[in-house]
Amino acid sequence: MDKINLTIDHKPVQVEPGTSLLKAAEQVGIKIPTLCYLHLEDLNIENKPGGCRICVVEVSGRRNLAPSCATQCQEGMEVRTNTMRVLNARKTVMELILSDHPFDCLICAKSGTCDLQKTAQDLGIREIHYKGEQSHYKEDRSPSIIRDMDKCILCRRCEMMCNEFQTVGALWGINRGFMSVVAPAFEQDLEKSTCTYCGQCVAVCPTGALTEVDHTNQIIRALANPKKKVIVQTAPAVRAALGEAFGMEPGTLVTGKMVSALKELGFDYVFDTDFAADLTIMEEGTELLKRLTNYLAGNKKESLPILTSCCPAWVNFFEEYFPEMEDIPSTARSPQQMFGAIAKTYFADKIGVDRKDLVVTSIMPCLAKKYECQREEFKTDGNPDVDYALSTRELAALIKQSNIDFLSLPDSDFDKPMGESSGAAVIFGTTGGVIEAAVRTAYEIYTGKTLERISFEELRGMEGIRHATIDFDGLPINIGIAHGLGNARELLESIKAGTCNFHAIEIMACPGGCIGGGGQPLHHGVSGVITARQRAIYEEDLAKPIRKSHENPYIKELYDEFLGEPLSEKSHHLLHTHYFDRSKVKVVIPKTK
Amino acid sequence: MHILVCGGTGCKSSNSDLLVSTLRNELLENGLDKEVQVVLTGCFGFCEQGPIVKVLPDNIFYVGVKPEDAPEIIAEHIIKGRTLQRLLYEDPTTKEKIQNAKGMNFYKKQLRIALRNCGFIDPERIEESIARDGYAALGKVLTELTPEETVQIIKQSGLRGRGGGGFSTGLKWEITAKSQADQKYVVCNADEGDPGAFMDRSILEGDPHTVLESMAINGYCTGADKGLIYIRAEYPLAIARLKIAIGQAREYGLLGKDILGTGFNFDIDLRYGAGAFVCGEETALIHSMEGERGEPTFKPPFPSEQGYMGKPTNVNNVETYANIPPIILQGAAWFSSIGTEKSKGTKVFALAGKVNNVGLVEVPMGTTLREVIYEIGGGIKGNKKFKAVQTGGPSGGCLTEKHLDIPIDYDNLIACGSMMGSGGMIIVDEDDCMVSMAKYYLDFTVEESCGKCSPCRIGNKRLYEILETITKGKGTIEDLDRLRNLSDVIKDTSLCGLGQTSPNPVLSTLDNFMEEYEAHVLHHKCPAGQCRDLMTYWIDTENCVGCTACARVCPVSAITGERKEVHLIDAALCIKCGACMEKCKFNAVYVS
Repeated sequence: MDKINLTIDHKPVQVEPGTSLLKAAEQVGIKIPTLCYLHLEDLNIENKPGGCRICVVEVSGRRNLAPSCATQCQEGMEVRTNTMRVLNARKTVMELILSDHPFDCLICAKSGTCDLQKTAQDLGIREIHYKGEQSHYKEDRSPSIIRDMDKCILCRRCEMMCNEFQTVGALWGINRGFMSVVAPAFEQDLEKSTCTYCGQCVAVCPTGALTEVDHTNQIIRALANPKKKVIVQTAPAVRAALGEAFGMEPGTLVTGKMVSALKELGFDYVFDTDFAADLTIMEEGTELLKRLTNYLAGNKKESLPILTSCCPAWVNFFEEYFPEMEDIPSTARSPQQMFGAIAKTYFADKIGVDRKDLVVTSIMPCLAKKYECQREEFKTDGNPDVDYALSTRELAALIKQSNIDFLSLPDSDFDKPMGESSGAAVIFGTTGGVIEAAVRTAYEIYTGKTLERISFEELRGMEGIRHATIDFDGLPINIGIAHGLGNARELLESIKAGTCNFHAIEIMACPGGCIGGGGQPLHHGVSGVITARQRAIYEEDLAKPIRKSHENPYIKELYDEFLGEPLSEKSHHLLHTHYFDRSKVKVVIPKTK
Repeated sequence: MHILVCGGTGCKSSNSDLLVSTLRNELLENGLDKEVQVVLTGCFGFCEQGPIVKVLPDNIFYVGVKPEDAPEIIAEHIIKGRTLQRLLYEDPTTKEKIQNAKGMNFYKKQLRIALRNCGFIDPERIEESIARDGYAALGKVLTELTPEETVQIIKQSGLRGRGGGGFSTGLKWEITAKSQADQKYVVCNADEGDPGAFMDRSILEGDPHTVLESMAINGYCTGADKGLIYIRAEYPLAIARLKIAIGQAREYGLLGKDILGTGFNFDIDLRYGAGAFVCGEETALIHSMEGERGEPTFKPPFPSEQGYMGKPTNVNNVETYANIPPIILQGAAWFSSIGTEKSKGTKVFALAGKVNNVGLVEVPMGTTLREVIYEIGGGIKGNKKFKAVQTGGPSGGCLTEKHLDIPIDYDNLIACGSMMGSGGMIIVDEDDCMVSMAKYYLDFTVEESCGKCSPCRIGNKRLYEILETITKGKGTIEDLDRLRNLSDVIKDTSLCGLGQTSPNPVLSTLDNFMEEYEAHVLHHKCPAGQCRDLMTYWIDTENCVGCTACARVCPVSAITGERKEVHLIDAALCIKCGACMEKCKFNAVYVS
């Protein structure tokens, strides 16, 4: 089709048919403000309800103003983005939005990273001419997420993520007119809904309406308690994103600075969740091989494919929507929980501390981890294996509160023994990483040969659903990968229908995997932020001297000294779990158009 | 002999059901039940005078008939052939008793195309519809015309959408016909929601078959084999009659497979709306039918290209459909000879408010407001002074004395700052406060906004709040500027037709009744005496005889005074309930 020619603020623009006015304007350096619009290009995620009306522009010959996000370019259009009519309309609409928003910016969790605040500043709002009644809702506090709907501006981004991308169906627009609000059905609390705590609603919320439950004060209190030993583990995706909170370029690895910061904060031991990721591979990889061998031996009771179980939101999702398939996922606990279980047994013994006096904390890119560590099955006599899970954002806030100049920190190394990890563990942070790590180990155990090629490019990428066949020395192993729960649902449905022939499937709930987690610094709709983090993760893998989990010497030591072998009785007790039917309401998610 | 009894919702609520059964009992007792049939019809339109009874073939039109009148009607009229003078309509000016509807001013200027069968047939019997050419147009189309030829006829007729938008119906059909898809849909928008409007309800209650027939014709033209009627669940009678009609049409082979042996398949189902005004907007209507939240989405894509379930969907309003069969049977030239240059045919209006003849009227486009209000409507109630007429419901604007002689059509109404809308027409007189009227409509819009876009969700709420402040006497002159700017921005930026028109009542009252607004904000007075907060009750010292009746009736003890002495109202305590004024026999209580 022919290209389309138009002018925007008198500048000629040529675009492909189907281009929106907003994107066309970007081509000529005109940045039209938006609020509800969200487009993560590399992930094929778009929210375009045309609801906020901040991005309106004047189009010659048109009766009313046009939303530039939702209006397509047409031949010969003359578009103006900054006439008095447009500016007045935009400011008035912004004043209206602010008139129904609390004025508590100074103490709001989102202050400084709030899209609404920034847009109001950019538009030069200095007075609200249309004051009136404001909406009031009760605060909804779940184990992971706080909903303060007084701050909701009805951009519907969370609803799109929850329904279209995740197909979780916890959040919907309900009520009409001024009473409209995004909420679980019947305005129930999130805890009673189908919510998986993936936190993607929080990740895209432009205001302080959706935030994480803040555990920083509990950490500060624990660190100040002389009777407690406080240890910390950091998930692989954190190091690839934490720097953003201090103004560093997305994709900057800050592993060393992060360790220094944690030491300055006073943690007694700074460990790495990557250590537990290596442990996960030992358990999950062995489980895969066991199930595979049984299956190949003709034992039809053995269910394949095996599904990864590292992602707590994913676990919540299948317990909610596919409880009848609870024997398919691996029984391996997530790395966070494996770490906690080993820390409060093996490591506690090693340093001679009672588990009650050992506080295990984790820094996670994730909000579902907050819920996961509170699960009853991960407690011994009421004492949780992991006491507190902080998000990347909370860690950044803690560092700032503690007067630590992050940028000038030197690099430090993790403590031993639970700070040592392989490259395979690092890539747990991205989609495709867990299964690649598993392949590296399973291949060598199964074939008895050394891998010549350690990086499996065919398992990498940002496509929502990917598959590849890996040659295990003559045995083709079919691997499926999905990130985003909507994509996971699609794969699960095909397993149910018997139309897929995968041996192993990796699933991560968040776009891009943990690097795009709900606890990460906000991407503000720039998908390049997530892809940059992915690059950083693979960079760290390449730089690691050890790149296979089974070669981690401290893992070997752990098995020698404590666990015995993978899938041993002790392993089963400490490193594996079981799943529950948690299905609440059966929600049919309408197919998106 | 036939006795037709109006079974529209209005007459039904005035007990026309009991009237019918009483008439039937009387006939049975007199052994006349075989010779005389009592038929419950659709709305006659003259709701002010309901329940209405018409006796055929004598063509005698009785008004205000009660169940207890039934024995006399049978004994006098049916048996003895004597017209009951007391039940005839009396012309208010000439005081003459009128027997035939054609002689009444209410009907004289009307031309009934869409309402042609309402009040003539039993809507629950397909035979009566067929007897008045029902399904003849469908037969003609299927056997004599190609879909393209049919669309051309509709285009040439100049018919425009009667739901409010006024888009060319033929063009809409053509676009849907040209859309390529494996499945298409025909939808009837029966989500009538304007306050005071009941055009569509009356057509569906009085002549459901015409809508079914038209939808089938539409399906033939556009290539759809599935029709859906989106009707609000608050229209139980219309729903019941549609269900009966669909069943009968299927039985007669006029819906379903191989209609009239032509190989054309078409069937219709009902979809119920929960009564959201915004679901009259076609994209919101479609989402609601899909089981999603009733919210509009931006166009394009238009439903004609991507509608219900993502398939091309032709959405037309009930009244639009009711015009199709006559156009097919009598030709495009006949239809386009009626009306004005750009608005052809007739329009049904629901006449309401301070007018003598409240009811449903159908007039040719180009009829003036004066003709509708004074000739058909019989003028203003209680000989009060006409102040304005609101057309287009909450989306429209008010028109004043100076607009009375403008011929009504789509374009003229828009030029005057109002719109046709679906045809609501509410007349207000000198006792009505225009600020309060604007507030009333905004109250409706605030309630009915879907909440999707910020200007409509929050803006209308703020407009309402400002109007509320003004009617409470706390407004300022700056509020009027704020009203205007906010109205302009809401119109300019809202997502759908609801928000794009919701400030019209504010803007048109600001334009036409600025002095009323100024009286409220500058002098804290409501010229119409309707805004309670701006009224003060006084006792006239000349007239008060000190009977103490007012003091005894006052619920808040705001009136003091000794027996046989002049009484006093304490304005600080007075809640302006008006009880004292009602009680006083000496005209001593007044308001200013």
